[in-house]
Amino acid sequence: MDLSRTPEEEEFRTRLRTWLAAVLPTLPARPSPDDWPGRRAYDLRWQRMLYDAGYADVHWDASPTVRMIFLEETERAGAPYVGANFVGLLHAGPTIAAEGTADQRARWLPPILRGEQVWCQGFSEPDAGSDLASLRTRARRDGDHYVVTGSKIWTSHAEVADWCELLVRTDPAAPRHRGITWLALPMDAEGVTVRPLRTLAGSAEFAEVFLDEVRVPVANRVGEENDGWRVTMVTLSFERGTAFVGEVVACRRVLGELASAARENGRWDDPVLRRRLGRLDAEFRALWRLTQWNVSEAEANGGVPGVGGSVFKLRYSHARQELYDAAAEVLGPDCLDLDRPWVLDRLSSLSYTIAAGTSQIQRGIVAERILGLPRGR
Amino acid sequence: MRFRLTDDQRALRAGVRDLLERRFGREALRAAVAVPGRLDRALWRTLGEAGFFALRLPEADGGVGLGLPEAVLAFEEAGRALLPGPLVATHLAAGGVPGAARGETVVAAVDGGLVEWLEAADVVHGDASGAVPLRSVDPLTPLHRVPAPGPPDPVAVLLTAAEQLGTAGRVCELAVQHARTREQFGRPVGAFQAVQHLCADLLVRAETARAAVYAAAVTADPADIAAARLLADEAAVRGARDCLQVHGGMGFTWEADVHLHLKRAWVRARRAGGSAEGEELLAAALAR
Repeated sequence: MDLSRTPEEEEFRTRLRTWLAAVLPTLPARPSPDDWPGRRAYDLRWQRMLYDAGYADVHWDASPTVRMIFLEETERAGAPYVGANFVGLLHAGPTIAAEGTADQRARWLPPILRGEQVWCQGFSEPDAGSDLASLRTRARRDGDHYVVTGSKIWTSHAEVADWCELLVRTDPAAPRHRGITWLALPMDAEGVTVRPLRTLAGSAEFAEVFLDEVRVPVANRVGEENDGWRVTMVTLSFERGTAFVGEVVACRRVLGELASAARENGRWDDPVLRRRLGRLDAEFRALWRLTQWNVSEAEANGGVPGVGGSVFKLRYSHARQELYDAAAEVLGPDCLDLDRPWVLDRLSSLSYTIAAGTSQIQRGIVAERILGLPRGR
Repeated sequence: MRFRLTDDQRALRAGVRDLLERRFGREALRAAVAVPGRLDRALWRTLGEAGFFALRLPEADGGVGLGLPEAVLAFEEAGRALLPGPLVATHLAAGGVPGAARGETVVAAVDGGLVEWLEAADVVHGDASGAVPLRSVDPLTPLHRVPAPGPPDPVAVLLTAAEQLGTAGRVCELAVQHARTREQFGRPVGAFQAVQHLCADLLVRAETARAAVYAAAVTADPADIAAARLLADEAAVRGARDCLQVHGGMGFTWEADVHLHLKRAWVRARRAGGSAEGEELLAAALAR
């Protein structure tokens, strides 16, 4: 058991810190959350800066440890989030890198790395959430095109995306996992309609995407026809492992801020609140160690994240909600004021036990795939 | 990042598990339950010979020369096996009390307003004057109450966390074993989501605590130790409760081992450094 860093890892950290200290003050002010073109431009500009400095492919080629250091240091320094580049860098890009042809890699990967193109994700559907394999968006072959009709939901950045990684059903007669195909859909194609989806936090972070007889070239298919489920599982495995490094760092910072605020407004004198914050500190210390443990496992397994991802996600998504519930206790009546810090974060945190596999789905995965319990229903 | 067990650490863990299975298997456990308060001196000497108490003493002083991570692995196994006796107190006394390292002297200590195994011990650390026996809830841990609790020793807090981690891991295994084999409504109860989710939570608590306990063994930082202890207490106590629930009616019997894990977890959770003490320590660190 070793928590120390190699000289190479230490050197990477030092170089990154130095670079961040130099470039972050040169960034313009962040655009408002509703300014989608502004957000696109800001996030792409940041990706271009990372590219020019040699950090663009840290999510792809670096070791899990280096990726963890990158995410930890950028969060500590207050650098921009991956934002609009998320799907390109963490879903579609790795899929194309692993499963695409040489032509497809040359066509789509460099613009992602250079911060020139935004990707979004068209996986979930109104009737295919946790049960993704039941998706019904239909693609019919017509010569060298697929003709796609259906609808997708929970698509972030759809308003400003150039491409959508799309799962479609190409063989309705096949067993449901075997009739799915992965397509790169140009978002400016005829028949694509984007409708913003307002969340309970009041903002439009997601969109619905409606597809009406949209023609997608067969050349945009990654992997074989009807092999899209396997292709997608390659993608989804990238989401685990280091996915929450920055967030755990951020939560630990918020906890410190809560302690300061509680001392200022006098609530710190309440031992119940104090102990609650102490308990949360233990929780996030442990989650940080669990991250390091999982990264070490991935490192030892040639970069493939282990089964620890579901364990981590279950614990973390709950802890994050507890954190903002504790923030509400610190705020007192101000916890009902949307202009106060943490109030919107508390609302956003409600999605954590739902997104990317609900806690109930995750428990099923842990029970069946890790503990080996019989398949349930 | 190499935050995982080394080959040597795996071998050490396997060695301790093997020794305890041979010398303190289920039959020995149930025999010990039948004769409360009796400490098996021969087993204690075997532990001494195996280096359980001298694990962290320098080799020059006749010790094994290993560190806190190895001690944590050994104590995790002890917790898993429900090994009785004042293990933490004797381990901590190995450098100072003659015979403790070799398992010839049994050392008890005042901890959290209680003393475990006072009457079986040769030496007692701390002020045990005025100790009053109580009818211990745990058949494998005789207890005395003492008037003034002393301050916690961080290493004792950590080793307690390691024992709790052993319980947390073991009760998860027991729950899963039962859920796989016990059939109702024509199928194993582990096929029901409600039972699956209890088992999943058992694993999540144990694995989260494991990361915290192992990391605290590496850093030896008092705040990391406090955090590890809070997580491990929770994983052991709630884990044993959920394991009992998964066992259904059998879980409420004397015959099933589940209650022994729960009762021991309760005893350990009362030792100094847990609950409010740990939370206040971490809160104070946050506010600095």
